[in-house]
Amino acid sequence: MSKKLTPSEKRLEIEILRYHPEQDEEPYLQQFEIPYTTDMTILEALQFIKDHLDSTVSFRWSCRMAICGSCGLMVNGVPKLGCKAFLRDYYPNKITLEALANFPIERDLVVVMDDFINKLEEIKPYLIPEKEPQFLTKGTYQQTPEQLEKFKQYSMCINCGLCYSACPQYALDNKFIGPAALALIARYNRDSRDAGSAERMKIVNQEVGVWGCTFVGYCSVVCPKGVDPAAAIQLLKVESSKDYLIGMFKP
Amino acid sequence: MIFKQPKKYIRSHEPVFWGLFGAGGMLTAFLTPIMILLTGLLIPLGIIEPEALNYEKLHSFTSSWYGAAIILIIVALPLWHTLHRIFHSLHDLGVQRGRSWQQVICYGFAFAVSVFVFTLLLQILTM
Ligand code: SF4
Ligand code: FES
Repeated sequence: MSKKLTPSEKRLEIEILRYHPEQDEEPYLQQFEIPYTTDMTILEALQFIKDHLDSTVSFRWSCRMAICGSCGLMVNGVPKLGCKAFLRDYYPNKITLEALANFPIERDLVVVMDDFINKLEEIKPYLIPEKEPQFLTKGTYQQTPEQLEKFKQYSMCINCGLCYSACPQYALDNKFIGPAALALIARYNRDSRDAGSAERMKIVNQEVGVWGCTFVGYCSVVCPKGVDPAAAIQLLKVESSKDYLIGMFKP
Repeated sequence: MIFKQPKKYIRSHEPVFWGLFGAGGMLTAFLTPIMILLTGLLIPLGIIEPEALNYEKLHSFTSSWYGAAIILIIVALPLWHTLHRIFHSLHDLGVQRGRSWQQVICYGFAFAVSVFVFTLLLQILTM
């Protein structure tokens, strides 16, 4: 960023939760002042700070276009993607940036995502074909628009973790499998090419599976990709109930 | 490469309680406004004669098997709904001690009152 501070520019105050575990006892807030333009995102503000004010500020980012899912952070207490949130929606008020809630802080705005990633892996997030996978020479798997519609929305997840930091149940007990993992289960179970439902339903049927959810719905509010994990979870509750009934009749 | 022990998954019995909760919630959502309309507005305003809901009428309704069944459903399901909600709200409020006792007390209460209403109705029916 070539921008330099000049006195005539509009300014905006930004407060960042800093934490370097090797030297800080606990996280603390640090104030910054940056020049403000209407087209600046929170991520650009952070980059300005890193380039011009304090190079030790740590944060994650990559794509700058809401697709890699790495720039999640709390903006005034609300989970957001830094590259999708604009300063103009907060100006002239001060903005407070903190690491994503419900995750341990690794450094400043960088959090430890291991638990989240493990959960995504656990649900087998890939198509499990019924028969041997077929060679491409035999042609592709065909799907009707209707079959696609059944899961498409749930496949839009970018694994940003915003829904986990919005979820009060995950906050209370992080054994809960959580919104994105459940949405991803719905994504694969509802895919006509997949035959792995039975395996994934074992995860869904647990207390810490779909039943850890009390339908708060904040996950769907904060999701930047319109995945609506809360809806996926409600669908899975119905599926789990059916599975329970069937389970009663066959041991 | 790390080889993990295959994880053991324990099935939750929540579908039973969630089913009752859902049914009770639906019933409450539909019936409460009607009840308020009847007893809070239409009868006091004289649009419906108070006689329409007097003791004899209600008693004879309760004495029919379908009337008794309807009353049992109207009392029991919202009760299961309410206690399910209380049980989960305790968790949300951070009351972590004695979860299994909380469960026994909450659902036990719903069960006991359901049985109580059931016997009461049975008594009226066989009277
Ligand atoms: S469901 Fe939405 S909020 Fe949750 S990880 Fe996926 S994209 Fe992010
Ligand atoms: S930088 Fe990739 S999602 Fe924001």
